Amino acid sequence: MYDFNFAPVFASFDTLLVGAWLTIQMSTVAMVIGLVLSILGAVGKTSGPKPVRIAINVYIEIIRNTPFLVQLYFFFFALPALGVRLGPNQAALLALVVNFGAYGTEIVRAGVASVGRGHIEAAKTVGLNFFQTLRYVILKPAMRAVYPALTSQFIYLMLASSVVSVISATDLAAAGNDLQSQTFASFEVYIVITAMYFVMSLAFSGVFALIGKLAFSYPLNR
Amino acid sequence: MIREFGPNEVIYITLAIRYTILLSLIAFAGGAVGGLMVALMRVSQNKYRRWIAMAFIRVFQGTPLLMQLFLAYFGMAILGFPIDPWTAASVALILHAAAFLGEIWRGCIEAVPTGQHEAARVVGLGYVNRMRHVVLPQAFRIAVGPTTGFLVQLIKATSLASIIGFTELTRAGQIISNATFQPFAVISLVAVLYFILCWPLSKLAANLEHKFNQATTR
Repeated sequence: MYDFNFAPVFASFDTLLVGAWLTIQMSTVAMVIGLVLSILGAVGKTSGPKPVRIAINVYIEIIRNTPFLVQLYFFFFALPALGVRLGPNQAALLALVVNFGAYGTEIVRAGVASVGRGHIEAAKTVGLNFFQTLRYVILKPAMRAVYPALTSQFIYLMLASSVVSVISATDLAAAGNDLQSQTFASFEVYIVITAMYFVMSLAFSGVFALIGKLAFSYPLNR
Repeated sequence: MIREFGPNEVIYITLAIRYTILLSLIAFAGGAVGGLMVALMRVSQNKYRRWIAMAFIRVFQGTPLLMQLFLAYFGMAILGFPIDPWTAASVALILHAAAFLGEIWRGCIEAVPTGQHEAARVVGLGYVNRMRHVVLPQAFRIAVGPTTGFLVQLIKATSLASIIGFTELTRAGQIISNATFQPFAVISLVAVLYFILCWPLSKLAANLEHKFNQATTR
């Protein structure tokens, strides 16, 4: 019978907490930059000139039809061949942003498509310019419509970010790998790490639900 | 000595795609059986069954697949089995697929109008016949598109098995990349191969969903 030995894992629990904080930081930064990229992508795909639309479509199809791990290897191992040398954390962040951007563009685009033609024409009629229309008439209701999809994509990003430990970027999974090689309590380390990811994903769902209530609670029909 | 990145290397990587396909099929087949069970439990009348299915889905959708793979890998040793990447990767991916397919299919079963359940009950069909002949065939039609979409996710997910030492497409690429020092060419080739595998399926999934939406909205 196997003897579970959790003592060394909890003895170094603070290093795991540091790792968890790094994961939260990395995924949050990736989400914020990725969201900006998604909005630009969605606007470009909806109202950009044809070459821009084609370029955005190619980007989306490439990212969505290749594994994140391969994208990560590309940015870390293959880019130096083109003269771009990135540290593990930079490559990890870039891969997360580029990955999130592709899925986010499609999500935001769906939201933009849900805004009625009439609203946009009405905005034009009352004299709003392009950016005012975009900001108040298109993006606000669009973001409200796709907010749940965006938040679940973010949680997916946070979980997928555990993979960046394989290029020696520092995060929760990397902290787990270090602890595992010191204590040899592999199963115990990974069960604790898995539980920490689980708590983080639950916490993020809760926080997002709260933000959604605060930001999108304006009345819809008046 | 540094190996050339020649035709043999390209063939080695390209042939490794069969392990990616095989692992995807194992995960999909196992995941389909598990997913059907999870979906049926999720819509069951019995609240404990619903709770168990919900907890299963929550845990597997709320934790990283990489950790699930590590736990399957090291968990095998604890259960007294010899450590083997094939079994560990299969077990982890089957459970992962079961959770996701279970949740997708639950939505499809619930999308079948309640009138269909009720009518089947009124004409005297029991649970098994009701599900088998009335509800599931209709849910199946709804499910084809999203399920194909998930298959793409699953194929991509098998790349993580390379981390626990399973030699599929990604790991074959890594091996050749380490031997030839041509990471750019090798990783690009690997990405292209995944793309060739996934893109037609993605297109198919999108078409199926589009067709279905057109057929049901009027």
